[in-house]
Amino acid sequence: MEIWRWVFIGIIFLAGFVVKIEPFKLGRSQPTERISGSAGDVLEDDPVGRLKVFVYELPSKYNKKILQKDPRCLNHMFAAEIFMHRFLLSSPVRTLNPEEADWFYTPVYTTCDLTANGLPLPFKSPRMMRSAIQLISSNWPYWNRTEGADHFFLVPHDFGACFHYQEEKAIERGILPLLQRATLVQTFGQRNHVCLKEGSITIPPYAPPQKMQTHLIPEKTPRSIFVYFRGLFYDVGNDPEGGYYARGARAAVWENFKDNPLFDISTEHPTTYYEDMQRAVFCLCPLGWAPWSPRLVEAVIFGCIPVIIADDIVLPFADAIPWEEIGVFVDEKDVPNLDTILTSIPPEVILRKQRLLANPSMKQAMLFPQPAQPGDAFHQVLNGLARKLPHDKGVYLKPDERVLNWTAGPVGDLKPW
Amino acid sequence: MKLLALQQSYLNRRSNSFRSSGPLDSYSDSAIKSPAAIFWIVLHGLSCLISLVLGFRFSRLVFLLLSTSSTNFYTSPFHSSSELSKTLDLHSVLPTNPVGNIPVPALNNTATNSRVVVGRHGIRIRPWPHPNPVEVMKAHNIIERVQMEQRSQFGVKDPRKIIVVTPTYVRTFQALHLTGVMHSLMLVPYDLVWIVVEAAGISNETASLIAKSGLKTIHVGFNQRMPNSWEERHKLESEMRLRALRIVREKKLDGIVMFADDSNMHSMELFDEIQNVKWFGAVSVGILANSADTNEMADQKKGEEENPPMPVQGPACNVSNMLAGWHTFNTSPFAGKSAVYIDDRAIVLPRMLEWSGFVLNSRLLWKDGDKPDWIKDIDTLDGNIENPLGLIKDPSVVEPLGSCGRQVLLWWLRVEARADSKFPPRWIIDPPLEITVPSKRTLWPDTPPELPANEKPVIGIQEPTVKHTRRTRTSRSKRPSKRKHDEARADRHTEIVSVNARNEMSFDGTAASTIGKSDCSAGLREGENSPAESKIQYTGSRGGAEKNSSEWERSLDRIGFPSKDKLSKRC
Repeated sequence: MEIWRWVFIGIIFLAGFVVKIEPFKLGRSQPTERISGSAGDVLEDDPVGRLKVFVYELPSKYNKKILQKDPRCLNHMFAAEIFMHRFLLSSPVRTLNPEEADWFYTPVYTTCDLTANGLPLPFKSPRMMRSAIQLISSNWPYWNRTEGADHFFLVPHDFGACFHYQEEKAIERGILPLLQRATLVQTFGQRNHVCLKEGSITIPPYAPPQKMQTHLIPEKTPRSIFVYFRGLFYDVGNDPEGGYYARGARAAVWENFKDNPLFDISTEHPTTYYEDMQRAVFCLCPLGWAPWSPRLVEAVIFGCIPVIIADDIVLPFADAIPWEEIGVFVDEKDVPNLDTILTSIPPEVILRKQRLLANPSMKQAMLFPQPAQPGDAFHQVLNGLARKLPHDKGVYLKPDERVLNWTAGPVGDLKPW
Repeated sequence: MKLLALQQSYLNRRSNSFRSSGPLDSYSDSAIKSPAAIFWIVLHGLSCLISLVLGFRFSRLVFLLLSTSSTNFYTSPFHSSSELSKTLDLHSVLPTNPVGNIPVPALNNTATNSRVVVGRHGIRIRPWPHPNPVEVMKAHNIIERVQMEQRSQFGVKDPRKIIVVTPTYVRTFQALHLTGVMHSLMLVPYDLVWIVVEAAGISNETASLIAKSGLKTIHVGFNQRMPNSWEERHKLESEMRLRALRIVREKKLDGIVMFADDSNMHSMELFDEIQNVKWFGAVSVGILANSADTNEMADQKKGEEENPPMPVQGPACNVSNMLAGWHTFNTSPFAGKSAVYIDDRAIVLPRMLEWSGFVLNSRLLWKDGDKPDWIKDIDTLDGNIENPLGLIKDPSVVEPLGSCGRQVLLWWLRVEARADSKFPPRWIIDPPLEITVPSKRTLWPDTPPELPANEKPVIGIQEPTVKHTRRTRTSRSKRPSKRKHDEARADRHTEIVSVNARNEMSFDGTAASTIGKSDCSAGLREGENSPAESKIQYTGSRGGAEKNSSEWERSLDRIGFPSKDKLSKRC
């Protein structure tokens, strides 16, 4: 009988082996590929149980009242800060006991001061942030314990915690000095840039999941557009001569390819924008005033290979998602040869990229659905925070050690909010 | 003072021109009194003046021109302020440029590691910014490959070959109908075999038409001519289709048999949908019964406002999506008013259920093999069947396709020309006509009535006189060419008129004269015309109507030919 047991075990082992070799198949029998980035196969990790987050209770003038004043904040591309707060309030990783928390979250909506057009003004944000930090440092001891090294903040603005929409000004200001030790969760990412701190987590900009769901077309609609892009090439209002906006890259795309039948590019706002993306093979995601854009999220959701034209950009969840295998990176100086570059990609590579994009965990990782679903961007943020644990020794300061300079920064920032 | 005002304005609103004036605020701290600053202010004023004169901001134009006129790419990053000022002098006269200087030294510390520099960059345009045809072809290949992959993933799994059965015969509208079907079949992404059964034997007309498709075709002749009444035509077509099914059986073709009548219109979704059939399926057919007589229809409409006939034939399902019955086209409103002969100007009605609405698995037709027992053997059929339901013993086994008959996937239409209409063989006018019509003149203000036959042709000069061609066309062609008119006789021929400013026109005068001699009952002949150089041969409709007539239809009547009633008469 012993031998039969071993035979049985052997058969099961073989069966398991055989099953593993097949490509990962889904309910709709569409072959996709597993995505594993530099951190490994982490997109589907479950953060619950791996970390504990304590959410500070700030007075509602920092969050609720701001939202009440302008509910447009829920729909624009910076809405991640609000939805993250809501998610954390009801998430299993939340703990009400700050002593056992690994990370501390401060819900301050710094990107909700909107103009008439809906663009956020960052001028009060440094003061708001500073005032929030002063509050938490005086009411709870946890800030002073580490000077913010185990705190994380969401700063989804154009240049993250530099709090300015204009790059030169943002670079000049640098990251808010008080956030020097905190972990920043932001949409902006560019290598060797002042506004990207070591250890930040890049997230995708918010794109409305329901709206994108309602515009899905049948998958068998053949992809007949080669390259698709809708947006500005010249920002005539702010950069009339050209050359500043997008570092001239968008204008170069226009000037070189406006009469090319393969490139469906224009500045129109068609109602069929989402449907058209699903009928395109490549979608251009060039930089604008900032290198990131919601186009990346839209391209991933709709299965269109993103062509990223932004030098040194850091894409969302770069350690979990191998973007080089999924998208096409084009240097800004190579834009005039874009058609050569794209047509010289072998079809097998293109099909592989499409398979990677079709992986539902990839699409989930780019979204902020309400209510939260496993594998979505909220969970990826938590996974990223969990990967930074356990905190190393330098996090906890000695009782009288002080690192932060509370009076650093422009004079205007020091005013109370 | 101007700069300070600008600073205020930009703090207040974000969206208007703040970007260009942004750097000004840092600039405002530095000395306005420095000579460089004065220089830039002067330059700014100068460029404003120039813009004022020109009427537009010419700086972008200058910028683009200069960047394209440089040999290759205008390399952009400004690495140091000195270089900046140098390049600024060369390439732009932009008023905001001077302040671009100031942030750059501050940048240098951070920008050393990164190759991305903030500031104004050039717009790179390659020397020939137009599509390269090689690239375009490569891109199309890529798109095709992607679509193929899509089809294999989301389209039909394991598509079967489609066997298309089309009965046809040579007539004027054949080219119209058959080209339509042919183009639809050429677009089908699956393997295809096209069985074309032709009444009155294989003809070059049909053969040349279907050869253009590049599809795999089986062209078979059927030994009867197509009759002139719709009733008989339907019967003959059914027999022709059975002939095709026998071919399927003989050759043991494996696939899905569908019936594409040559005047129907098929949607591409039809071919995707019929891949779902297991044994015997039915789709909904839209019936486009064209009503030529609108007056009658208008009267009818008043009486029947509440119940317009639904022009669909196909399977009907009950709530649980099982076949419950059949929709048929309600022909009672048109009873008695429908066309009897092929060229009647009345509505052409379909039969109860058309062949084209059915598809079957070709294995049902094979002699042996596993097939269900409800299928009759073709060889045991006695006589003709009206529709494929005659092949099965139990009509409840039919599978309704197209979401249970809710989707109409093809349209049925019957449109034919007059029975005696002529058309050039293979639709090639050979030898080519050379007719030039002076634009200012009308040619035939009044045509004289018919003339007796065998009149000698007169060399008309500038008046429209009736002329007749004789058999000896060659002699006429040697005459000095002037404007001539040739008209066939009117009583028994259609007049064929042409104008030729220089050379001979080449209508079939001779043919007309030949025909003129023949009886009304003689039918149409072709090939009897004398083989002069310049002639058009019109084929008689070979499978043509038995109803005889000796009229010729004019096919090139755009040059102001006199109206038909004047010139032609029925026998």
